[in-house]
Amino acid sequence: MTGQPLLEIKDLRVNYKVYGGLLEVIAGVNFVVYPGERVGLVGETGCGKTSTMKAILRILPMPPAQIAGGEIYFKGQDILKMSHNQLYKVRGNGISMIFQDPTAALNPVFTVGQQMEAVLKNALFDGKKLGKRQIKSDALQALKEVSLADPERLLKSYPVQLSGGMRQRVCIAMALSTQPEMLIADEPGTSLDVTIQDQVLRLLHNLVLEKNTSVILITHTLGVVRETTDRVYVMYAGNMVESAPTKQLFDRPSHPYTQGLMEAVPRLTGGGVAEGIPGRIPDYLSPPTGCRFHPRCPHVMDICRQQKPPAYQIDDGHQVACFLYDSKEGSRK
Amino acid sequence: MNPILTYKALKKYFTIGHKDLMKKEPITVKAVDGVSFEVLEGEAFGLVGESGSGKSTVAYATIGMYRPTGGSIEFRGENLYSQDGDRPQHIKKEIQIVFQDPGSSLNPRQNIKQILELPLRIHQPRANRLEKIAELLEMVELPLGYMHKYPRALSGGEKQIVAIARALATDPSFIILDEPTSALDVSIQGKIINLLIRLQREFNLSYLFITHDLSLMRNVASRVAIMYLGKICEVAEAGEFFQHPKHPYTQMLLSSIPVVSEEEERLKPEKVVSRGEIPSPVNIPSGCSFHLRCPYKMDVCVNVDPEMIDLGDGHTVRCHLYPDD
Repeated sequence: MTGQPLLEIKDLRVNYKVYGGLLEVIAGVNFVVYPGERVGLVGETGCGKTSTMKAILRILPMPPAQIAGGEIYFKGQDILKMSHNQLYKVRGNGISMIFQDPTAALNPVFTVGQQMEAVLKNALFDGKKLGKRQIKSDALQALKEVSLADPERLLKSYPVQLSGGMRQRVCIAMALSTQPEMLIADEPGTSLDVTIQDQVLRLLHNLVLEKNTSVILITHTLGVVRETTDRVYVMYAGNMVESAPTKQLFDRPSHPYTQGLMEAVPRLTGGGVAEGIPGRIPDYLSPPTGCRFHPRCPHVMDICRQQKPPAYQIDDGHQVACFLYDSKEGSRK
Repeated sequence: MNPILTYKALKKYFTIGHKDLMKKEPITVKAVDGVSFEVLEGEAFGLVGESGSGKSTVAYATIGMYRPTGGSIEFRGENLYSQDGDRPQHIKKEIQIVFQDPGSSLNPRQNIKQILELPLRIHQPRANRLEKIAELLEMVELPLGYMHKYPRALSGGEKQIVAIARALATDPSFIILDEPTSALDVSIQGKIINLLIRLQREFNLSYLFITHDLSLMRNVASRVAIMYLGKICEVAEAGEFFQHPKHPYTQMLLSSIPVVSEEEERLKPEKVVSRGEIPSPVNIPSGCSFHLRCPYKMDVCVNVDPEMIDLGDGHTVRCHLYPDD
């Protein structure tokens, strides 16, 4: 990808201040999304995926969270320095987000129609707000696009009257109704069944291709990333450990963590399940020194305990934060 | 091999309300509606299905949480529920369960020693408990010091290992695993699964393995059954099940799985585009309950519920497409 990035995160640091100390939940994350690109963000529970995304929209709960450093540029402007009004516009038309659990994301006491109209009422189209009639028809149109049957009736329904898959479709419709330039989808299929997840992801995939929306897909299911993204970032304990074009990451996972993660996925072809990665995700109160993955790493070297590895470029667009790829330290390629 | 557990036309209906004020016409949910299968000695039998398909209800009827509405469950030829409706003590000891979420299935106010002690106190009152607990922890490869820890001090994976140790405490021969790893990360899942497989070999255990993760199922189960709206659609030996799925629902499920390699991609059946959602079990569609979502729907499917057909080699399927001669 070339040209100006749509979103660029530079050395983002987020701490959570809790009883007992300071948790360094995000420790210097770099992240880029180009226009029209679909980017995956993979990692285990508690590795900071969602915190990073929430920082982009500035919806991190502060306190306890505090942004300790870094910049987040959206179309060249630093989101972290924006005024309330500017931020309002970004949230209205720039970036939309779909959450993991559609049941929690929708307000149970308002109808689907009321909630969709509230979103459209606050968004600007070509710098202007929409009229009442336009809002109604746009809401209807958005529901039609996510292939929901009988959208008129749906607008008058409450979230409890819908199934899980329908609720997630409503959330997608709501997120896309303002024609955002970027969509953040936080585990959009995880709370759904396999067949419904397949439907929802396929729908999302087709819609963003059609509208040329950039997407950040957060997930811990590697299979989903492989099928729907162009480029992938792998995150571990608040650090980006690897980033590569999707095909390359799956053909040649290079960071020991990525390799462990890939091996741990049970295969449809059978042959047993790999042991996985020994140990557990570190305690953020006293994270390991140097590379945060070193206590679990099968290739640990002395330098890993002392220094944090920089990102090494090992191929076109393929970066790995691991000393194994240092020309001086690395013995293994 | 002999069957350890035999389900014969198992039914479990729930009454969720009444259609009229006089409470004469109950509204029932047919959570499990005539399910028959056998689990053999020493095998891992897989049960797959979407949420609401009734797979957990089958498990809970086996463990004694629900009494079946109809049909029977036999443990080594002996009926699980005696005349007065109770399960005899010696059968309770033989059948154990590991739940999905170890966070809520372990008592947060008890330490690991207390958690493992209760089944021992009931089923082996004369045994040296401390010795037995140490033995259990060794079996699941947890350090002995964990005895005095509380669940909150353990990671998700370790909690699930404690839950497995608790299930092993009574020396069971049959363990129900109800989505044992779906609350855990992939990197930990492997450890739990390999532990379970090792224990199965060591103690000749039989498993009823319930999951919605078909890739995982491929690596654990020796035979697989698939459930849809309270009924079994297809049963087959695992290799056969994944290579030659017969039921359109099985094909739909298999083609929906996101996979990580080209090799697996080739194994998936030709894309059966999934559509529709599992209907509410209150209003089960007439005829074959899958006909609303089925790409191969025929006229007969709307009216007649298909019978289970044996295709040979233990592969049975419940669909009007078969036998296709």
